[in-house]
Amino acid sequence: MVIPDMPDHTPPPPKIRIEQVSYFYGAKQALHDVTLDVPAHTVTVCFGPAGCGKTTLLRLINRLNDLVDGTRRTGRIFLDDRDIYAPGADVPRLRRRVGMVFALPLPLPGTIRENIIYGLKLAGERSRTRLEEAVVRSLTQAALWDEVKDRLDTPAMAMSGGQQQRLCIARSLALEPEVLLLDAPTSGLDPISTDKVEESLLTLKQSYTIVVVPHSIQQAARIADHAAFLLDGALIEYRPGSELFTNPHDTRTQDYVTGRFG
Amino acid sequence: MALATLAVVVPILLVLVTIFVRGYQAINWEFLTAMPRDGMKAGGIFPAIVGTIILIFATGLAAIPVGVGGAIYLSEYARDNWATRTIRLAMINLAGIPSVVYGLFGLGMFVLFLRFGTSIVSGALTLAIMTLPIIISTSEEALRAVPVEFRTVSASVGGTRWQGIRYVVLPQALPGIITGVILGLLRAAGETAPILFTVAAFYLPRLPRSPFDQTMALPYHLYVISTQVPGMPPQIQYGTAFVLLLIVLTFSLTATLIRSFFRRRRQW
Repeated sequence: MVIPDMPDHTPPPPKIRIEQVSYFYGAKQALHDVTLDVPAHTVTVCFGPAGCGKTTLLRLINRLNDLVDGTRRTGRIFLDDRDIYAPGADVPRLRRRVGMVFALPLPLPGTIRENIIYGLKLAGERSRTRLEEAVVRSLTQAALWDEVKDRLDTPAMAMSGGQQQRLCIARSLALEPEVLLLDAPTSGLDPISTDKVEESLLTLKQSYTIVVVPHSIQQAARIADHAAFLLDGALIEYRPGSELFTNPHDTRTQDYVTGRFG
Repeated sequence: MALATLAVVVPILLVLVTIFVRGYQAINWEFLTAMPRDGMKAGGIFPAIVGTIILIFATGLAAIPVGVGGAIYLSEYARDNWATRTIRLAMINLAGIPSVVYGLFGLGMFVLFLRFGTSIVSGALTLAIMTLPIIISTSEEALRAVPVEFRTVSASVGGTRWQGIRYVVLPQALPGIITGVILGLLRAAGETAPILFTVAAFYLPRLPRSPFDQTMALPYHLYVISTQVPGMPPQIQYGTAFVLLLIVLTFSLTATLIRSFFRRRRQW
């Protein structure tokens, strides 16, 4: 029950509000009227079979799909109640506030240190102390510091795949974003590296809002505070993870979660 | 395989050896550093050497910014539409135009219409237009070879499109771009027809004094002493050819060294 004159009882505004978003690649519709609120300081997973639109949805939240030609969007997306697609919106600033980690580890050419400070330097950070602090802080947060602290100036591409992926997480964290988007960040990793990445996610949600496309239903169930099930570009069901995975309302969700298709 | 290798290597070696054997007697310090005398039958080819080197650099000065800029536009900014398709078609056709036509164009455009006269500026601009297709197409290829993911990653940490190009894409594409630029400039360095009407002096035993001065140049000088001067000692002809070859090879070697230096720093 909500009592209007007791503001403490109203839910906090969502960090991200996705409002009736449809998205088209040419004539092909990838998202159908998706509406979704992501609360702050939670892990929200977006899952569904291949081609269900989960990656597209993720890439819309930091406007990375702007780079793709021939696409069209309707509907709006708000970050802290500000429309990120409003005319004149500062896209580089948005992408610093909303970090992205990709399915494959993608270090930039250069050393570990250069990878971490790349974004900060582009944003105009010149202070060596602050850059150095960012290197230590972000690598520690990504659970990579102990492994690489002695070789920060070696090529990033020489690291193992699991380390590269944590470097990519650290590279996003270096910018102190508010939201972290992860697109199947463990799909290329072995079980031990996967554990490490999942662990760091659970720690990170205290300071960040996290949206993940998981690489398996098991992973989704392990880490989700909230879970959104997408099918053919439509949002089928969106509820707290503990409920959605144990007691799905929609039969399609149930079929997918129990492995009857997908 | 071996036969094909021979078929490529043997003619090159034959050319080099023949020219060297017949020309080495002419090559000495005076030949390289003195002005020509006695209707070019004696003295050196210094102004032609300097002229050719000046033309290479002046052509680069004009062609590199336009060529690399054009390649960046085509590869990173332009969408596939009728305008870019027209540009590409024009480039292919430009590459197929005989060099003497460039020479005539340079005469009409730079020497006469823009009143640059027969000068280094006219010659360099003419050579630059001739080399543009090579520079643009090889540079564009080098830029496209850089994985698209690097651009996405750069954007995802708040980089503007230009920052991604400037700090990630261009450094990775640099070896390929350098190759294209050098290939283009070397072709320009050896051409006679484009400089015939635009810059080359028949006999000018002094160095050029300004960008609007004429200059002697090795390819044209070689043409002149091989066909226009009766009684020319053959070792001077071959010696001149050898010097021209040497300059071209030096540039190409430098390019290879620069390229391998940058390539060693690349990790993908």
